[in-house]
Amino acid sequence: MSEEIIKNIIVKENEDYIINMGPQHPSTHGVLRLEVCLQGETVKYIVPHVGYIHRGIEKMCEANTYPQIIHLTDRMDYLSAHMNNEAVCLCVENAMQVEVPERVKYVRTILAELNRLASHQLWWSAFGMDLGALTTFFYGLRDRELILDIFEESFGSRLLHSFNTPGGLMHDIHPNFQKRTKDFIAYFREKLPEYDQLLTGNIIFQQRTKGIGLLSREKAIAYGVTGPSGRGSGFSCDLRKHAPYSAYDKVQFNEIVYTEGDTFARYNVRMDEMRESLNIIEQLIDNIPSDGHTAKMKPIIKLPAGEFFQRVETARGELAVYIVSDGNKTPYRIKFRSPNFSNLFVMNELAAGGKIADLIAISGSLDLVIPDIDR
Amino acid sequence: MGIDIKSMKYEDFGDNDSLEIFKKSGGNILLTSVDNLLNWGRSNSIWPLTFATSCCGIEMMAAGASRHDFARFGIEVYRATPRQADVIVVAGTIVHKMAPILKRLYDEMADPKYVIAMGACAISGGPFYYNSYSVVRGVDHVIPVDVYIPGCPPRPEALLYGVMQLQRKIKGESISDPRKVTNEDLL
Repeated sequence: MSEEIIKNIIVKENEDYIINMGPQHPSTHGVLRLEVCLQGETVKYIVPHVGYIHRGIEKMCEANTYPQIIHLTDRMDYLSAHMNNEAVCLCVENAMQVEVPERVKYVRTILAELNRLASHQLWWSAFGMDLGALTTFFYGLRDRELILDIFEESFGSRLLHSFNTPGGLMHDIHPNFQKRTKDFIAYFREKLPEYDQLLTGNIIFQQRTKGIGLLSREKAIAYGVTGPSGRGSGFSCDLRKHAPYSAYDKVQFNEIVYTEGDTFARYNVRMDEMRESLNIIEQLIDNIPSDGHTAKMKPIIKLPAGEFFQRVETARGELAVYIVSDGNKTPYRIKFRSPNFSNLFVMNELAAGGKIADLIAISGSLDLVIPDIDR
Repeated sequence: MGIDIKSMKYEDFGDNDSLEIFKKSGGNILLTSVDNLLNWGRSNSIWPLTFATSCCGIEMMAAGASRHDFARFGIEVYRATPRQADVIVVAGTIVHKMAPILKRLYDEMADPKYVIAMGACAISGGPFYYNSYSVVRGVDHVIPVDVYIPGCPPRPEALLYGVMQLQRKIKGESISDPRKVTNEDLL
């Protein structure tokens, strides 16, 4: 081989190698495209490309009335559908200065926590599966079906139950709701240690997550990383604690914060949050007041002219709704600050310099829902 | 008990049995025996492509998991590459940016290949039919669809039923009249 050719090969080896991960890739959990620049097996940088499921929800909302908007919001982050509905409902109620009955607040809080449990269970299932532990998929979805049964009985829908409406709930909860929820809590308290035994203590799992994808507290704040991903870096950002809405000011619970900032810390935050969610539901489920499931609302909902803002804690972080109204029955402009959008763009900070196999662990630990990014 | 539609009796909602009966009539014995063997194998080992764009994908996962377990029907292993997949379950909205990629994935699959449109978005655009500037109004504008499953999102049981309908359709096929998909099949 001539000197020239060998020289060329060495130059080629040092060149950047760019591959596309996605938009059809099983571990991006949707249609996310990551432009990954590799040098050997090491990731140099990542450029996320979004827009493969951009449906124009914000623009569509401008042509819809407020009760109609509810049905579009749960198609954004479908795993925390209830919290998305709640954000818009709270914003509209605040703007109209409607006081909803206590029963509505309690039921909304219970539903939000049930939804958070279902979301974290699905995340746990998929996260384990991404890292090669297929059994988690079957354990997690087995228990998730029980929550979906409760939803189905009360709201007639498993996943996207547009159960909230400005002023309260669509209809009252099913008489079995309390009993079934309590049964589920008793059942899941027994099953949750099983999750730990299966995955948390697993040495292979720990080696693949501990010290991987370090995110400092400063970086988390700078990028606006919220939710369990932010709290894994020591960023105390739980809106249920810092800006309580619905019935969160009536319950005792701990905000889960881990300071390690690695993938394992983000994992632990979600595992502990499941326990806290069970505690929250337990405190509320027996004391649901019975003062009606909806406030008295006008048949046509018109917001006064002005700007309104509301934020809630979804299973993935802070969802903010910003409505500009000109006094009509449709908003002039509506903006959703979705948690996943901010959480996605920190990925370059986490994965750069690591190995490509760790990229899967990192994207799994951020728990991204792609339609929420693109809206 | 039953579905109450004035112009149609409950019994008339058949299970699409007519499809098989119609397809199976005629043909010689040797050919139909080979057909039966081939179709038996083909219809009971449909491997889907992992292709989920939005909410329906979660119900597709639920259909594959513990309670519903659609491995019972042979729609077993999710394949991440289109070259190993037989059926593409379009679970979710397809937007203009995604449409060329979906077409490419479909073209990369080996024949015989099938498409299931799962959910309102894949059928017609669903809740995004009106006022959206970026949604493809139905996946059948891009690739030919075999089975439509309505719902937003459809229950896992609905997906199972849809897969069974696809199996019926496959059982009616014959090697003397191989399945060809042309551009006229598109809307």
